[in-house]
Amino acid sequence: MVEENHAPTCPQAHGGAGPSTPTGATPARAVLLDDFTKGLWREHPLLVPLGTCPTLAVTTTVVNGFAMGMATGFVLVSSCVVVSCVRKLIPREVRIAAFTMIIAAFVTLADLFLKANFYTISKALGPFVPLIVVNCIILGRQEAFASKNGPLRSAIDALGMGAGFMLLLLLLGGIREVLGSRSLLGYPVPGVGAWFPTWVVMILPPGAFITLGVIIGVAKQMMLRRQR
Amino acid sequence: MGLFTIFIAAVVVNNFILYYFLGLCPFIGVSGRLKSAFGMGCSATFVMTLTGMVTWLVDHYILKAAGVDAFLTYVSFILVIASLVQLVEMYLHKAVPELYRALGIFLPLITTNCAVLGLALLASLRSYTLAQSTIFGFGAGVGFTMALLIMAGIREQLDFADVPPALRGISLTLITAGLLALAFMGFGGIMK
Repeated sequence: MVEENHAPTCPQAHGGAGPSTPTGATPARAVLLDDFTKGLWREHPLLVPLGTCPTLAVTTTVVNGFAMGMATGFVLVSSCVVVSCVRKLIPREVRIAAFTMIIAAFVTLADLFLKANFYTISKALGPFVPLIVVNCIILGRQEAFASKNGPLRSAIDALGMGAGFMLLLLLLGGIREVLGSRSLLGYPVPGVGAWFPTWVVMILPPGAFITLGVIIGVAKQMMLRRQR
Repeated sequence: MGLFTIFIAAVVVNNFILYYFLGLCPFIGVSGRLKSAFGMGCSATFVMTLTGMVTWLVDHYILKAAGVDAFLTYVSFILVIASLVQLVEMYLHKAVPELYRALGIFLPLITTNCAVLGLALLASLRSYTLAQSTIFGFGAGVGFTMALLIMAGIREQLDFADVPPALRGISLTLITAGLLALAFMGFGGIMK
């Protein structure tokens, strides 16, 4: 399959290439730490935004959000490491196709694992586990970082992005579950009893959109404050 | 399920963007201007209709026939979609170069659009026939385009509004999308 050398398929996926290390040298600890932490806040994938589809769809409960975070994290780290290891072998023209094949293989693994061991969660996540294949976060990191850096840095970068993604999933899932079903991780929340009319809209699409919009707005406000 | 029902359901009741959360990246990224939104929507609709058709053929005649659908589905579907987008790109480049130039980067963007892979997987899950799968793809595309156009119209108006700096961009777009989704929930009563 011939692919023209057109721009990457995920928009704005070029952030955070970071200082590159000379080939063979082990990067300094400070560089590795920065590689990890940038995914947690400064260059959080959802600020681009990348990966909004699963974030909104599966965060009806914290458990589902956690499972999605784990699955995405697994695929992200493994495929980034693989891409980084074979980066010199993939011709530039077919790199997106190659990346996608690698991602699809790991997603199949994750999907089968979930179906075998956590069937109810697999059903709850629905088509969003296979949709990790087209999750822009993974392609974005491979394009921006893993295809240009060594396996160790790529793994740490992927871990950071995955951790940031997971934290947001847990936050969003927590808010939606508490406000929408009066529970957290399936258990009733102390202090939020029958007096609280459940905000059912939180479990439905509108609630998801608005909550994420507000969270990003608050995060941006905090970033703007810090800049001043 | 009747073909018309599938079509209407995909367009308004279970709108791919506002109900299934599929195709959000271009929805947020491309909905700034009506013109680009329309271009994106049209090319996406075209690709989605073709995808509905071709993935059904692949699923039926190759995957299920050979019994490998358990583990080769995702790889083959994404291969099909990437190839389709590549073919559409090459065809437009040759046959309608003005359109090709107008669409620009949006065409390759469709490969990573989760709406396309999502519709292939949903059609496979629901065991649609070939006709149903194609109409489903078409309806999904139309619904996607419609949501994109509405959002683009709203955002063009918002350009003149005095938005607080923290809320500009993604934040306001998401909140607007939430209100849109709320409005679209009204269509839920169409289906019995």
